[in-house]
Amino acid sequence: MSKTGNAIEISNLNKWYGDYQALKNIDLNVAHGERIVVCGPSGSGKSTLIRCVNSLEEHDSGRIVVDGIEMIDNASINAIRSEVGMVFQQFNLFPHLTILQNLTLGPMKARGMSKADAEARAMKYLESVRIPDQAHKKPSELSGGQQQRVAIARSLCMEPKIMLFDEPTSALDPEMISEVLDVIVDLAEEGMTMIVVTHEMGFARRAADRMIFMDHGEVIETGTPTEFFEVPKTERCKQFLSQILQH
Amino acid sequence: MSTRNILLFGCLIFVAGCSSAPGTWGWYVIDPRTTSGYNNIRFLLNGFGATILLSVIAAAMSMVIGMLVALPGMSSNRWIRLPSRIYIEFVRAIPLLPMLFWVFYGLPVVLKSMGINISIDAFWGAIITLAISDSAFTAEIYRSGIQSIAKGQTEAAKTVGLNYRQTMRYVILPQAIRRILPPLANQFIYIVKMSAFASVIGMQELTRRANELVVTEYRPLEIYTLLILEYLVLVLIISFFVRWLERKMGSDESR
Ligand SMILES: Nc1ncnc2c1ncn2[C@@H]1O[C@H](COP(=O)(O)OP(=O)(O)O)[C@@H](O)[C@H]1O
Ligand SMILES: [Mg+2]
Repeated sequence: MSKTGNAIEISNLNKWYGDYQALKNIDLNVAHGERIVVCGPSGSGKSTLIRCVNSLEEHDSGRIVVDGIEMIDNASINAIRSEVGMVFQQFNLFPHLTILQNLTLGPMKARGMSKADAEARAMKYLESVRIPDQAHKKPSELSGGQQQRVAIARSLCMEPKIMLFDEPTSALDPEMISEVLDVIVDLAEEGMTMIVVTHEMGFARRAADRMIFMDHGEVIETGTPTEFFEVPKTERCKQFLSQILQH
Repeated sequence: MSTRNILLFGCLIFVAGCSSAPGTWGWYVIDPRTTSGYNNIRFLLNGFGATILLSVIAAAMSMVIGMLVALPGMSSNRWIRLPSRIYIEFVRAIPLLPMLFWVFYGLPVVLKSMGINISIDAFWGAIITLAISDSAFTAEIYRSGIQSIAKGQTEAAKTVGLNYRQTMRYVILPQAIRRILPPLANQFIYIVKMSAFASVIGMQELTRRANELVVTEYRPLEIYTLLILEYLVLVLIISFFVRWLERKMGSDESR
């Protein structure tokens, strides 16, 4: 496995759902430690793009290399998944397990870690997302914001090099959004490589190194947050920003 | 009709039978106060053992076969899915009685021609038939129970590194079992009722015993009334259990 300069290299990526093309010739390189925010109208392919990175969606053509591993077969997909954590809009916690069990399942079963070690690690990350005292509750006993922070901690327990976030705050009540974003900002400041799909523009200004604007399966515009918000180059992007910033 | 109404109806028939003019009803045939009545009723009630044993073993086999059919039936590969689909459609299309005849009279011949010398007695013939016939339904119960667990759960399991087997074992099945158990227990009622067919190949269960006693005593009304009540009691006990299971599973899920 040769290490390249980039955490993620995507070239010429295409993805179809039947005869609908969800991703069109995507080229995207993400450097180690880079924080990318992806935005764009609903249905523009943002989820599809990041789900291709850990192969939750199979792509039809193009090349994906994650941390020097080219995605070619099941073995490489497994290797890539062990480097990549993912946080979903709907949290997707395991409802039948306690918070602690949610966090230790992966380390114990997939990595063969001992229960004691896995629990120690779980407590460490529960603390970093600021909910150490809920370890023995079931997910449904927690608020949405707490559940999403547990989901982040669950990913971190696998000690990934890259984190993907698919609209992590879209399912949350407004008063809980910032507690989740703060945790993601912490991660960003620690140097985690991440791609965050979000419409939280305040977060983007705070944490993003680079913005990507997608529409109809294409990357329309990319740039630093300053460039992106002050001088959007394309009409579509201007329109989108004016809509988003009104709310 | 509620449970109580059904029982009331049963009692009414019984009372009507006891008080009617002689010659129309003859409960003496199973009146435990007389020696022959006592022997008769013991003979009939002894069928419970075989009916229950038959049903329980058949249900257990059906649960195993159903799982073996359901798992490939959920594959994303249509060629793996196909045999499972064919099995379910095929088995569901065959009426129980012809299948029972085929298993009891035909299967040993087929096995013999393959060099396997196994005789299938009435007990195992009935069990095999019931298990196969029921397994098509069991498989569908598993499939819908498992597929009702949101796709997000599988995806979350993948992102924390679990493989297919681990995902099934630690994430999907523990959740699916709450949705699978109540309909599965319900399906057990089907097996209990269908086990009556075992009588035609000579299995000494509830129905066979009733038939035999009718031949010697010639009191079909009383004996078959009792037979129906026997099944009623069995099925009501199971439904009660299913109801309890549904409540327990339902309340667990909301926690
Ligand atoms: N499983 C699927 N089957 C068919 N079409 C899909 C599927 N998933 C997404 N799509 C379509 O692909 C397009 C991009 O979807 P998505 O990546 O979810 O958009 P976004 O996340 O930007 O809202 C949408 O038009 C959506 O309807
Ligand atoms: Mg999306």
